[in-house]
Amino acid sequence: MTMRRLINLKRVQARRIYLTYAVVIAAYIICTVMSSTNILSSSMRGMLVPICAYMVMAVSLNLVVGILGELSLGHAGFMSVGAFSGVAAAILMQNVIPFAPVRLALAMIVAAIFAAAAGFLIGIPVLRLKGDYLAIVTLAFGEIIKSILNNFYLGFDSQGLHFSMLRDTTRLLEGGKLIIRGPMGISGIQKISTFPAGFILVMLSLIIVFHLVISRPGRAFMAIRDDRIASESIGLDITKYKMMAFVTSAALAGAAGALFAMNYSTIVANKFDFNTSILILVFVVLGGQGNMLGGIIAAAVLTILPEKLREFSEYRMLLYAIILIVMMLATNNAEIKYFLSRLNPFKKKEAE
Amino acid sequence: MKKVLICALLVLAMSASAFGAAFKIGGTGPLTGGAAIYGNAAKNGAEIAVEEINAMGGDVKFELRYEDDTHDAEKAVNAYNALKDWGMQISLSSVTSKPAEATSAENFADRIFALTPSASSAAVTEGKDNVFQMCFVDPNQGSASAQYIAEKKLAKKIAIIWKNDDVYSKGIRDTFVEKAPSLGLEIVSETTFADGNDNDFSVQLTEAQTNGAELVFLPMYYQPASLILAQAQAMGYAPKWFGVDGMDGILTMEGFDKSLAEGVILLTPFNADAKDERTQNFVKKYQAKFGEIPNQFAADGYDCVYAYCQALTQAKATPDMDAKTLCGKMIEQFTTMTFNGVTGENVKWSKNGEVTKDPKGMVIKNGAYVGLD
Amino acid sequence: MIFLNFFISGISLGSIYAIIALGYTMVYGIAKMLNFAHGDVIMIGAYVCFYAFARYHLNPFLGVAAAMLICTLLGIIVERLAYKPLRQAPSLAVLITAIGMSYFLQNTALLMWSSNPKVFPSIIGRGSFRLFDGALSVSHITALTIGVCLVIMIVLSLFISKTKMGKAMRACSEDKGAAQLMGINVNATISMTFAIGSGLAAVAGALLCSAYPTLMPTTGALPGIKAFTAAVFGGIGSIPGAFLGGLMLGVIEIFAKAYISSQLSDAVVFGVLIIVLLVKPAGLLGKMTQEKV
Repeated sequence: MTMRRLINLKRVQARRIYLTYAVVIAAYIICTVMSSTNILSSSMRGMLVPICAYMVMAVSLNLVVGILGELSLGHAGFMSVGAFSGVAAAILMQNVIPFAPVRLALAMIVAAIFAAAAGFLIGIPVLRLKGDYLAIVTLAFGEIIKSILNNFYLGFDSQGLHFSMLRDTTRLLEGGKLIIRGPMGISGIQKISTFPAGFILVMLSLIIVFHLVISRPGRAFMAIRDDRIASESIGLDITKYKMMAFVTSAALAGAAGALFAMNYSTIVANKFDFNTSILILVFVVLGGQGNMLGGIIAAAVLTILPEKLREFSEYRMLLYAIILIVMMLATNNAEIKYFLSRLNPFKKKEAE
Repeated sequence: MKKVLICALLVLAMSASAFGAAFKIGGTGPLTGGAAIYGNAAKNGAEIAVEEINAMGGDVKFELRYEDDTHDAEKAVNAYNALKDWGMQISLSSVTSKPAEATSAENFADRIFALTPSASSAAVTEGKDNVFQMCFVDPNQGSASAQYIAEKKLAKKIAIIWKNDDVYSKGIRDTFVEKAPSLGLEIVSETTFADGNDNDFSVQLTEAQTNGAELVFLPMYYQPASLILAQAQAMGYAPKWFGVDGMDGILTMEGFDKSLAEGVILLTPFNADAKDERTQNFVKKYQAKFGEIPNQFAADGYDCVYAYCQALTQAKATPDMDAKTLCGKMIEQFTTMTFNGVTGENVKWSKNGEVTKDPKGMVIKNGAYVGLD
Repeated sequence: MIFLNFFISGISLGSIYAIIALGYTMVYGIAKMLNFAHGDVIMIGAYVCFYAFARYHLNPFLGVAAAMLICTLLGIIVERLAYKPLRQAPSLAVLITAIGMSYFLQNTALLMWSSNPKVFPSIIGRGSFRLFDGALSVSHITALTIGVCLVIMIVLSLFISKTKMGKAMRACSEDKGAAQLMGINVNATISMTFAIGSGLAAVAGALLCSAYPTLMPTTGALPGIKAFTAAVFGGIGSIPGAFLGGLMLGVIEIFAKAYISSQLSDAVVFGVLIIVLLVKPAGLLGKMTQEKV
């Protein structure tokens, strides 16, 4: 690779990053204006926060799948850890910090810390494995997290926090409150998540991930993805870099989980199951592995799509499945891709 | 594909043009996915009631729309918002508990009155003055079951098998366990299952058997219960079985060997074999239209629409009123009126939205319900 | 004795996982693809059987044969339409398409057969063999499932090692490009793999629903994931591994329920899976591939 091509490559990369920021900011402004002038339907308005949460999930998973090149099938598990810890933190802070945005921000930080810790613990065994075996172990961890949270009880009273597993043995004093109630999850959550908060989280996650990608660790991630043995031979500490990507990804997913959970009055552990992990993976693959903007757009499109298909009543999910398959074929079949790239003048330029 | 489109357009055209001034009534429920049985049943029941009421030509007419929530709180809020965009004036909330907790919070914030057919968790109505239930609330079912078992002296030693990732099952189990000791009932075994390990019940049944349970309490829906009954029979274990309202429907499963359910006792508000005219009319119409015998969910859906019809008539409400006005009127009506439906006579509601009606103790004999009292 | 009874329950459950896992492992071994729609093909197979026995009163074996025929055709069509165009695409794209196919099959079943559960009539009745004066019992269906598993396992192994088609399959699994150069029709070979895998799914569907007789559009989904876990447990791609992995997963699940906690049984099952993979990163019987530098 000549120096000029390298510089050119960097320029392309930078352009892509700025394009991503620009698209997200523009979309935010358009949605805010449409929302405040009531052009946006209730249905669309209701989806703004979850879409932001899914975007962050897509960006964070893209770091592991697209940049690091490892398949994870348990990403919803981190979202779950973040959702439960974040909501619990927000409930505990309710009387101390009356200002909701600050409480939300703190809850998201707590969520990110807990999810990062879970990511670290899980990363120790997981990152020793490769390929499909790594994938199945992440799936297993996702299921374990779900199973544990379905049996977890957390309450607080004047004596402090109490928790128990399997049975509710917290024995709270008068005036105490059971926050997490095993399979019943958390009820009566104050809905403090907002669209601006979601937007800030999306921007933050993009900044963090892009910063990682263009700096030394990012190059290491991609070197590991493209040739693990060669990277090892030049002295890259593979475990360290893998762990770095994995923990960052988990932390962002945790924050997204808190944002998501506090948009609803109730959450249960079953929400964050294998199907949710798969859904997020679909965003990443459909948007193009390693392509943050693609993942973000896919997250928005695939969240809105089933809602827009409501008019087809019982055929809705069938159509959704067909559209999903057709989209995968259209974006991945070599012949169709070639055909599309000839239609698109921008693509040609970049490919040169 | 073309056919699908045409069908969908036809459905749309029919629902849009058939009625003039009608109350727009909307509900969400799982119409696809693993819980689709319950959502579709409630929707079908409500549809029949709407057809009957509109055909009677009275002052109150309805336009009904059900949206799919796939038994998920997030999708339920989306579905609720879609109904709001459509212009929903009064709501049937959601069919299952967790989605209903989420949508009822929206109902409360938007001041759209809600009456849920079957979301029975206590958190659905808690702290919301405009959300009401047509079914028993879970804690009441738990304590009513314990009381019933103690009063009728059905057994002393009891095993419970419950579903560990289900709000409904857990809610009933909690009050049952809380109440049982004070009534002299001893819980000798308590085991669970969850999605993904809900096929094999040998361990749960063996534990109940070895601990000498005379009665097994099954706070769950009928689909896993049917597996439990079959496996117990295969291992030669024959305790008394006690179910709750979710057990209703077990006799209508296509291909079910009804002798397995012989002697099963359940507390249910609805009995498809009841001889009264209303129930028979409902069952006949349901069968003609959907080819199945309605279960408790369908009956609750049916009753919800009739309760609305009665309340709206009494309040002299008109379809041009907005949701907020209707909400005020409905709160006034529902806290004062008495309703007779297929799921109960003299049904009343308390201020916090909970229903009071008598659970009917039924025992299954020769493949049919027989009243226990 | 209770211990032995639990062991037998574990084997019964495991034999069902094993027969589903055989289909997963077969397709993965040759096509290197995680076919997440496999569980839903099983469900379709079970519905075909259900209608064959319960509605048209066909002989159970004819019913299963009909289901195999329909599922094989379905497998070929699905492969032709959805997977074949992605032969050159990254493996993840195929994985997602398989998931799309799984949604498609589930929702088609929902529209065709409604969401109401149907009770599946067992293909060989609900009797059981009683041993030691009835202290132990092994149901006929368990015995049949294990028998069928063994037969399928042996036939598949022989097929893959002895026949020409089988050799072609092995060649494709080693190196598609080289196989092509040797004059093997890679596309036809992979299509054949799907056809066989889907035919097996029909048998698995009939046995799954005979053992646990409620049938809904979502019936195949969760056992499918468990069976996939079993296949990985045994070493994905290895046919005896799928059998062993399935049985062990069933036994572990039952023992976890019985001796640890029924509430945490899934966590225990997946925990054991993780430990096994850490000790033997390619599963119990999987072969470690040496990396070329």
